[in-house]
Amino acid sequence: MPQPHDILFRTLADPTRRAIFERLCRDGDQTVGALTAQAGVSQPAVSKHLGVLKQAGLVRDRHEGRQTHCSAQLGALAPLIDWTRQMAGFWQSRFDHLEDLLKRMDQ
Amino acid sequence: MTNTATEALCVVVEREIPFPPEKIWRALTQPHLIEEWLMKNDFKPVVGHSFNLRADWGVVDCRVQAVEPNKTLSYTWGAYGLESVVTWTLTPTSTGTHLRMAQSGFRPDQQQAYQGAKYGWQQLFANLERVLARID
Repeated sequence: MPQPHDILFRTLADPTRRAIFERLCRDGDQTVGALTAQAGVSQPAVSKHLGVLKQAGLVRDRHEGRQTHCSAQLGALAPLIDWTRQMAGFWQSRFDHLEDLLKRMDQ
Repeated sequence: MTNTATEALCVVVEREIPFPPEKIWRALTQPHLIEEWLMKNDFKPVVGHSFNLRADWGVVDCRVQAVEPNKTLSYTWGAYGLESVVTWTLTPTSTGTHLRMAQSGFRPDQQQAYQGAKYGWQQLFANLERVLARID
């Protein structure tokens, strides 16, 4: 079963998709049209990337008339931070074991 | 999210250990000792040597990158489709050793099947650092 960080990593691994997400982080909310103008790919391709970003929780959209406005959801990056915290916890417990071993070892 | 970008993307654990570097070095480099505190393994302190760490939850693919007896040891660490580098640094102190472990440089593991993730990981982490720096 995919872990939250797997989905996050996979979603952001695509350079075009990542560029869209970064642009939303950097410049704030954008319409799909404005994103397409800068993305260098077709509007259907941009919409597809936005769909994947939405599934990962990284982007939220709202409709206003005929326009769709997208915004970055930075909170969705939390699994990445949790994941490194887990790794830190793993190493802390290994250090404990290492110290126990050193006490048992002869010189 | 209050972590800094550096903390989020690099795992560092440091401890003062009341034993000399030579003794810690043995625990870090002798397979039967490594097994006691880390995992089952076929480690050899030879640059370029590929080895596995094996646990109930899976296997970590590793390759030795640097060996400087009693001072530095580093190896790649491939797990969950991501490869990183684990670097141990031993610094003698008046009471023993300052032991530091840093795991960093996460990038796609070429041996594992993250086809969509084969490019751009370094860039991803560099960019995420900038993004995360703004969250604080």
